[in-house]
Amino acid sequence: MSLDISFIGILIGSIMASSVPLILAASGELITERSGVLNLGVEGMMIIGAISGFALMVITDNLFIAIVGSMLSGVIISLIFGFLTQSLLTNHVATGLALTIFGIGLSAMLGKNFVGIPGKEFPILFSSLRESIPFFGPILFGHSIVLYFAFALPFLTNYFLKKTKLGLVVRAVGDSPVSASNQGINVVLVRYCCILYGGAMCGLAGAYLSLIYTPQWIENMTAGRGWIALALVVFATWSPIKVLIGALIFGGITILQLHMQAIGFRIPVQFLSALPYLMTIIVLVVISRDSRKIKLNTPTSLGRIFYKEK
Amino acid sequence: MIKIEKRNDVPMALYFFTPFIAIILTILGGGIIFYILGFNPIEALKFYFITPISNLYGFSELLLKATPLCLIAIGLSFCFKSNNWNIGAEGQLTFGAIVGGGVALLFYNQEGFYILPLVITAGAIGGMFFALIPAILKTYFNTNEILVSLMLVYVSKLLLDYLVVGPWSNPEGFNFPETRQFSDSSRMPLLFEGLRIHAGIFLALAAVMLSWFILYKTYLGFQIKVSGLSLKTAKYAGFKGKTMILVVFMISGACAGLAGVGEITGPIGQLHRMISPDYGFTAIIVAFLGRLNPFGIIFASLVVALTYLGAETAQIFLQIPKYTGQVFQGMILFFLLASDYLLFFKVKILNLKKNELRH
Repeated sequence: MSLDISFIGILIGSIMASSVPLILAASGELITERSGVLNLGVEGMMIIGAISGFALMVITDNLFIAIVGSMLSGVIISLIFGFLTQSLLTNHVATGLALTIFGIGLSAMLGKNFVGIPGKEFPILFSSLRESIPFFGPILFGHSIVLYFAFALPFLTNYFLKKTKLGLVVRAVGDSPVSASNQGINVVLVRYCCILYGGAMCGLAGAYLSLIYTPQWIENMTAGRGWIALALVVFATWSPIKVLIGALIFGGITILQLHMQAIGFRIPVQFLSALPYLMTIIVLVVISRDSRKIKLNTPTSLGRIFYKEK
Repeated sequence: MIKIEKRNDVPMALYFFTPFIAIILTILGGGIIFYILGFNPIEALKFYFITPISNLYGFSELLLKATPLCLIAIGLSFCFKSNNWNIGAEGQLTFGAIVGGGVALLFYNQEGFYILPLVITAGAIGGMFFALIPAILKTYFNTNEILVSLMLVYVSKLLLDYLVVGPWSNPEGFNFPETRQFSDSSRMPLLFEGLRIHAGIFLALAAVMLSWFILYKTYLGFQIKVSGLSLKTAKYAGFKGKTMILVVFMISGACAGLAGVGEITGPIGQLHRMISPDYGFTAIIVAFLGRLNPFGIIFASLVVALTYLGAETAQIFLQIPKYTGQVFQGMILFFLLASDYLLFFKVKILNLKKNELRH
């Protein structure tokens, strides 16, 4: 295998593709966390999105309905989390864990009749440009619309949080729910919206896996990506642009590991597979050691229950 | 009209009663899901909760599955009571099984009374060591223990995978991803002929008694409870927070390691990829359902073990994936957390007319 320039182009293209579910889920979770809510149910919401998207595709034969449906199913499942944590004031960590366990079980139950059905080809954009331009072609063109959306999302999220009034409201609610509430902001409503938005993005991330990345339904197919996405948000110190960079690094490790196996690299596969997890721990240690750095961006009320006496 | 008021203190009777409400609601919820999926709900629930324990073998299986759940949950109760979110018990279980299994493999062709205690101790130390990683990172580097303990789950599973495929795989095993069978001296003694229930259950019961003693009769237990209620008070009282965090993680890891070693020296008898059906995660539910109380955990571990058995039975009789067990497990925790609302708030149904008269 030669490492020529066009091969590197294809390699970068595949790294981008593998980072898409991480970008989508982490960007969604980032908004949720910025509003002060820690939802550990990312993995559960993703897997529900994956089965709903695939099932809707098989039933309706319409990819648009499948994509929108997967986002809606993410919203519905995150509504359980929202109702419990916001209306019934339950512990965020325990509720999120329950959501993940429940989601994995429910997806297997719903997906029982969809195992082994082949997926449908998802349309890719600018496929002719992909072939005709060396190096840049496979990087910039020939991807699904979801990939382009995913790569725009961190910038949109950044703009939303920093430049819009609503973004300011979200940050205020996350940093100081009591003063936000005194200013007349409905803290619970804002948090509900952020939770549901996170659910929609996780649903889409799941659908990307079952409809585009590996178009089929396999039980437990998210394979821990939801947890990586959660780690990514911390890794990025709650900054959307850094989420994008982090997702590319993690996606890169996944792809490189596949290629190293193909070349017959002498490091056992399992060690390479463990790299993203070990990297997350190392990064966590590095960023957490500097308490000022982590405090600068961490939503102050993250994971704390807000209750307003009526 | 419904009025909601905050309670001043939590009624203890209700605190231990709401888990039962959660279990009843879970069974009802399960019935509804079965109905939607096109099964007769009564029949499906019977396959789930009655058939598995309708004979002696089934009852032994229930205890067999409850043993690791109970052990891990007892360990976790120390962490959760003191506000330390160790959610990587599955990793500590796996690493404990790796270390214990490694010792068992050293003695694969030897017999001796000393081998099993060595294997068990090695497993506990392995789990303890693995739990120390998130604990040390939390205490000295301020790192989030939820994420670290969780990431280590995947690391330990990959390490196990590497070992059983590579260096530790059975040389006469035709390249199956498994190690040699352990010698009889490395196996937990069976309690009854023909049943799989083994001496590991005594480890779980000992852990229950010991944890009750530590939590309610020692200074350490007092520290743990105070730190859980208010970190500020704990600091004010001069408790050594860092040492306590390390200790609760070590207890928790040791228990998970014991559970792992109990599985491989008990029903499994060797190392392979699938040594635990996520006992480490499910035990989190057990700990909550048991209200972090040692005796509550015994009861909760039996209930949750039944969801495992039920899922297996339902897979055979109804052809539904055994993952359905997780639907029930998730629902139990959902309903339990939701019913906690009743603990902190009083829901009053007021008679409107009387109310108007008063005004």
